[in-house]
Amino acid sequence: MSRSVGIVKSKIFHCKDELSLACGQSLKEFELVYETYGKLNSKKNNAILIPHALSGNHHVAGKYHKADKYPGWWDNMVGPGKPIDTNQYFVIGVNNIGGNDGSTSAKSINPKTKKIWGSSFPIVTVQDWVLAQKKLIEYLGINQLYAIVGGSLGGMQAIQWSIAYPDAVKKILCIAAAPSLTAQNIAFNEIARQAILQDDNFFKGDFYQHHTKPKKGLRIARMLGHITYLSNDAMDKKFGRKLIQGKYNYNFQKNYEIESYLNYQGDKFASSFDANTYLRMTKALDYFDLEKIYKKKLSKVCSKIKADYLVISFTSDWRFPPARSKEIVTALLDNNINVTYAEIKAETGHDAFLLHNDHYHQLISNYLRS
Amino acid sequence: MKRLDFIKISEWVDSETKVLDLGCADGTLLKFLKQQKNINGYGIEIDPSNIEKGIKNKINIIQMNLEDGLSVFNDQFFDTVILSQTLQAMVNIDKIMDEMKRVGKNIIVSFPNFGFWKNRFQILNGKMPKSADLPHEWYNTPNIHLCTIKDFEDLCAKKGLTITNQLFLTDNHPIKYFSNLRGSLGIFQLTQ
Repeated sequence: MSRSVGIVKSKIFHCKDELSLACGQSLKEFELVYETYGKLNSKKNNAILIPHALSGNHHVAGKYHKADKYPGWWDNMVGPGKPIDTNQYFVIGVNNIGGNDGSTSAKSINPKTKKIWGSSFPIVTVQDWVLAQKKLIEYLGINQLYAIVGGSLGGMQAIQWSIAYPDAVKKILCIAAAPSLTAQNIAFNEIARQAILQDDNFFKGDFYQHHTKPKKGLRIARMLGHITYLSNDAMDKKFGRKLIQGKYNYNFQKNYEIESYLNYQGDKFASSFDANTYLRMTKALDYFDLEKIYKKKLSKVCSKIKADYLVISFTSDWRFPPARSKEIVTALLDNNINVTYAEIKAETGHDAFLLHNDHYHQLISNYLRS
Repeated sequence: MKRLDFIKISEWVDSETKVLDLGCADGTLLKFLKQQKNINGYGIEIDPSNIEKGIKNKINIIQMNLEDGLSVFNDQFFDTVILSQTLQAMVNIDKIMDEMKRVGKNIIVSFPNFGFWKNRFQILNGKMPKSADLPHEWYNTPNIHLCTIKDFEDLCAKKGLTITNQLFLTDNHPIKYFSNLRGSLGIFQLTQ
């Protein structure tokens, strides 16, 4: 494919610095798995960081080998000639601490005990992730990022960056995010967590030594999550009341196509995702609350920001609805920060931020070039 | 061609102040004001393609429906609020006038004058008017609330707004006398 970054390889950044976490614990050292696409220019001012959302990772674009079926999770956005153009920018994808795909997490060995962390791995937060990402950026020799582009939980990290390191980023592209979760959002996360916690194979988080996985719990968590990432209309359009075999079974086997879809998604996820990561990602979402972190009203929190902002929401996103993005816009306006806000008409719900949409892509492309 | 209405509006905007342009389209006016007066500008626009263009013009642009009010802005947030050739396309003019009063001090409104003689003449001839400032057909026009200069002056009085400056243009030229008859576009500067 001509517009792909091609075959990519992930790298490991081993940081010997101690990382103090918001929970009070610290990691003596840590590893971040990351990928880069495009070239860092001589002035080192063309770098774009892409923090990932709940189930994402560092593999943003490209493939690992020729026959690789699945490209990176934002391959439609990142590549040569794409909105985040790798002919122009040096793009960095990073797997967060506690993540599923190789960075220091519950699956790693605790250097102190020489055993797998498991249940003893600390709860990590958005602030912790940003701290760790900053170390990586410094290691890559970059003083100021040209932009951070984040959707959903990634958008929260982007905001946090602009507050924690006002001089270290020029542009924030904050997509389908919020300054905090609502009670309803936390409620969904709690059901997902309970499904995992109550799985007999969870072993309080130490399932690794039992050579098993809480797959049942993960399946349910993912199925629930999937419903909230889509809109009612999008589901109706895709599945409606379609039956798998055209008739009622009169039993509890999968009967509707939506059931089959959710089960498939659940299975796929449960076989590849780590339960401890899922628990910690949802907790990081719940705990992200700028007013609570900084003990100030949102508009006061944003007074430190120097970056320009593009805030984007999607009309049918009910998990991070436009009204929540507008809260961010209002807080930025209160501080005379340069901000542009786009509310994109899309019927695909929260997932819209990952899907192709000409207008959406044009906005990102124009904003990065302006 | 230089747009005289933009030049005149810029004369009524102080340098380095905060300006809001309601219905800013692709941001041409804000871009002009930024160049002329180094303002800190924000635009409101509903059309997605204009958001794309506004970004290219390097202006701050907020996608919102003006009919929903200006709730994202605090009271008296702006030095100047501009409603340039948008008034006539709005459903709730009462509400937007109140909102402009709430968020800004210096208010600038421009609109096509329905009392312009060419418009009157076309109606006398039994047709809905079309002109440079009213270019649409009657059946596809976004302009649903047309008024004359006199009508607008009455509305300002009713809203407690004082007219501090007014200007009338036809084909990009200023009109001095019999403006309600000879002016195609009216531009008003208002204060509370």
